[in-house]
Amino acid sequence: MILAIASGKGGTGKTTVAVNLATALARPVRLLDCDVEEPNCHVFLDADAETSEAIGVPIPVVDEEKCTACGACGEMCQYNAIVSLKTKPLVFPELCHGCGGCARVCPEGAITEQDRPVGVVETAHVGQLTFIQGRLNLGEPMAPPLIRGVKRHLRPDEINVMDCPPGTACPMITAVRGADFVLLVTEPTPFGLHDLSLAVETVRLLELPFGVVVNRVGVGDDRVHAYCDREGIPILLEIPDDRRIAEAYSRGELVIDVAGDLRERLVGLFETVSETVRKRFQESLSHDRRDT
Amino acid sequence: MKLCITAEGGTLESAVDPRFARAAQFIIYDTETDEWQAVDNTQNLQAPSGAGVQAAQNVATLGVGVVLTGHCGPNAFRTLGAAGVQIIVGVEGTVADAVAGYKAGNLNPTEAPDVQGHWM
Repeated sequence: MILAIASGKGGTGKTTVAVNLATALARPVRLLDCDVEEPNCHVFLDADAETSEAIGVPIPVVDEEKCTACGACGEMCQYNAIVSLKTKPLVFPELCHGCGGCARVCPEGAITEQDRPVGVVETAHVGQLTFIQGRLNLGEPMAPPLIRGVKRHLRPDEINVMDCPPGTACPMITAVRGADFVLLVTEPTPFGLHDLSLAVETVRLLELPFGVVVNRVGVGDDRVHAYCDREGIPILLEIPDDRRIAEAYSRGELVIDVAGDLRERLVGLFETVSETVRKRFQESLSHDRRDT
Repeated sequence: MKLCITAEGGTLESAVDPRFARAAQFIIYDTETDEWQAVDNTQNLQAPSGAGVQAAQNVATLGVGVVLTGHCGPNAFRTLGAAGVQIIVGVEGTVADAVAGYKAGNLNPTEAPDVQGHWM
């Protein structure tokens, strides 16, 4: 099972939920930190990287002897990463998404591809966790290829918990795509509600099953609850605004044992989600049978 | 000579837009005939990334010889350079001021981009 922890707004508690859930299950779990621009699961885990793999984006290299300056490559590129103004093409590596289209359309076969490194994927073992994180190079804007590199470590027949990037742009979509279930973490504030509603629209477009975790309940107002009620979105967990949680978090410690029954409630959350995923899977099987 | 002056509006009285690629309008001014036209740049203004390269291509296609603007980043600079377009940065005031300054020979081309790129 692949469980994605995401949110529209940053700083709502994705990492707190991901790390504490993965640990609370007390069984083998793969924890993947896909927030490659700012991976921070490691702060809460005493992990030393055991393997490190460089990830790159294939960028075009032009053989100027073969190039006839026809401009086909520039017309193909939607990101202005390769430009030909009736001249030999200019390449802008940081704009290139690595689709390979320019090499394919070049009638002269003048374009080959060469990897431009964007970051690393590291793995480690901590207790029963297999921990995988992506670390984007400083100043590097191209996160999705590295997120895909992290996701190659998913094992769908095991329990996978993914800490996803915030927002609703390419990095978030790259991370949540293909998940069996998405947990959207929010806080009960106007900003939390606004960005939650964007995230809900996004996961609905991607047709992913999802539920909400409300963190820091007690601050703000009840508009997030009213919104979920109105939209028929299940609130699967509420974490109180508790000073003990904030203190443990600020020391880089797990919070499952400092605040009441959070450990048990995280395990309960996981069981609920598993049940939903199982039911959906069985329904899809019976649909398939009906179709054939 | 065809000039491209980046502008916040579509007239000669409009202020020079300090940004090249994300300017609201390009005023294309022919110094020989004193004819001019405004070219909307809204689409580029909202591009997530690659605006510098795209704007430079658009300007080059319009047959512009010199760009007058506030600032120019590295990607736009490189693309304009490849197309043989000169760049003058640090231009202020109205579009009409910029044209007058150019005609009087008070404005000099720059040799390097004066700001960093800021793609997403």
